[in-house]
Amino acid sequence: MIRVLRLSARNLARYWRRSLLTAGLIVLGMVAVLLFVAVSASFKQIMIGQITDSMLGHLQVHQRGYVASIENLPLNLNMKPEMVARVEALLREMPEVEAVTPRLKFGAMLSDFEETTNIRLNGVVPEREAAAMPLLAGRLLDGEIRNGLLEPGALLLPELLARGMGVQVGDTVVLVATNVDGSVNGRTFLVQGVLDAVTGPGGRDGYLHIDDARALLRMEAPEVNQIAIRLQDPDQTERVARRLEQMLGEIVNPRGQPLLTVHTWDQLTPFANIARMIDLLDLFIRIMLVGIVLIAVMNVMIMSVYERVREIGTIAAIGTPPGRILALFVGEGVLLGVVGTLVGTLVSLGVVRLLNVWSVEFAFGRQEIVLAPALAPGDILWVAAIVVAVAAAASLQPAWKAARMDPNTALRHV
Amino acid sequence: MALVEASGLHKTYREGDVSVHAVRGIDFSIESGGFVAFVGPSGSGKSTVLNMIGCLDRATGGKLLVLDTDVAALGRREAADFRGANLGFVFQDFNLIPVLSAAENIEYPLLMVQNWPVAKRRARVAELLEAVGIADRADKRPDQLSGGQKQRVAVARALASKPKLVLADEPTANLDHVTALRIIDLMKAMRDEFGTTFVFSTHDPRIVDAAEEVFHLEDGRIVDGVGGST
Repeated sequence: MIRVLRLSARNLARYWRRSLLTAGLIVLGMVAVLLFVAVSASFKQIMIGQITDSMLGHLQVHQRGYVASIENLPLNLNMKPEMVARVEALLREMPEVEAVTPRLKFGAMLSDFEETTNIRLNGVVPEREAAAMPLLAGRLLDGEIRNGLLEPGALLLPELLARGMGVQVGDTVVLVATNVDGSVNGRTFLVQGVLDAVTGPGGRDGYLHIDDARALLRMEAPEVNQIAIRLQDPDQTERVARRLEQMLGEIVNPRGQPLLTVHTWDQLTPFANIARMIDLLDLFIRIMLVGIVLIAVMNVMIMSVYERVREIGTIAAIGTPPGRILALFVGEGVLLGVVGTLVGTLVSLGVVRLLNVWSVEFAFGRQEIVLAPALAPGDILWVAAIVVAVAAAASLQPAWKAARMDPNTALRHV
Repeated sequence: MALVEASGLHKTYREGDVSVHAVRGIDFSIESGGFVAFVGPSGSGKSTVLNMIGCLDRATGGKLLVLDTDVAALGRREAADFRGANLGFVFQDFNLIPVLSAAENIEYPLLMVQNWPVAKRRARVAELLEAVGIADRADKRPDQLSGGQKQRVAVARALASKPKLVLADEPTANLDHVTALRIIDLMKAMRDEFGTTFVFSTHDPRIVDAAEEVFHLEDGRIVDGVGGST
């Protein structure tokens, strides 16, 4: 094999300009794909991290039907205290679970005595919310974190709403909410902090203590309408969700139907579609790479065979087995792919390093994102394997033609 | 025992509706250790005969035994194996591999066809470089060699795997007269040194005299020479 590759390398060097151009094209394709993979993965990671670590968690448990009507923020699909206790007991048995935060999500009217507007609120247990949403505290633009996240009687307001109403940290505001029985209740709160808005559901919600939320809603029992779960390893989300769904199946209504459902973060946010779109673009750009390598290598190999017909006739006449002639030409294609892959990888790693040094920033909605592109060895290996395999496949047809050439006809070729 | 035995050998090419009779039922035999020439004008069929002996072309009639093998019955792969194991070729245009040095060209059949071990290969290449008188040009590529030197490399390559038979199609056609005679002398010397049978084709009457056995061909028939004509 080594001897075949050595001769293939010499044959490539014979037409070095052409070989260089072809390898250059492969390098270009490799760099384009790897940079796209690195940048898009970084973007996805930042966005998904933001969504899961400051709003949604990796998984959420709701009562069946709650997510379908989540836009209305219903209070009649709350989980009862005994149900919450059973879920939490089950979650405590799962080593994959890092933190759990129960929430009471509801809609209210916010007034600063001059203006009134709608607001979506999360009633949370501050220290548990902070543990399950480690990036939430980082979103604080003004004010300070107290009591793990916020104190009883205090409110964290989303930036857009606070700015729009001219509400400052330390101001007193009134929340008015409709209770589950249809009556209305109001309470005053102190603005403890202003939160940066982020993309995704809940990115423009306010926060208050869960006891305050229950008091405002005149809730007698400590009910919640969602339980957000943070996992040790986000890659295990699907697997844990399936297992949890199975375990929650034992909590049933009198008709024996499961009462609770589990949703993964991507089922709860439209950003999952953007992530899927990025994956699709990633696939398209890989297909383009396959096309580039296929056409470039096939073109150069067809030319190579056409120009060396008499030489092929000679080596066939001497007794070179057809399989070895095939290997000689496939070897040329593979070497082009390998060289293109190696150089392409090195260039890509260099550019990724530069992107990190320059710290590329851009705005996504109202968010300033600083990309931290990185290339995983798995991605590099995967792309490299595609390139080398396609280069080998592209040279197969010309190589097959060379191997099948009649030596007598080839020797007479002018 | 004849090395090559042909009886009633025919070769007809079809070009559309037209049949071209390149070889018309010839008989000949070539003994081992011979130095044999097929002579004739262009189109007489001498290259076709050499191609059939060399398993590069297939007879359309008659019988051709080379080393007791009915070469017409060999498939593509068997023919390649047969050539690699038993035959050497010298071409009119030398047909050296341009990316390889003289030594590497000689080494090619041992490396890519016969899979000889490295030490044995190197010893054989050195022996042949010395034998054909181009040891000092061993590292030169074909484009750095003269026509005569290229043909010496080609002869050495043909002899590399110790074949029983070397076929040389117009080996001197692209050489000047003096160089042509030197190549013929070299082939004869190689025959004497290694005992290899040489069969070559030529239309150059000046080098025909060097052959020990001559078959004159005209219009696909042997018109004069040992082996008779049809």
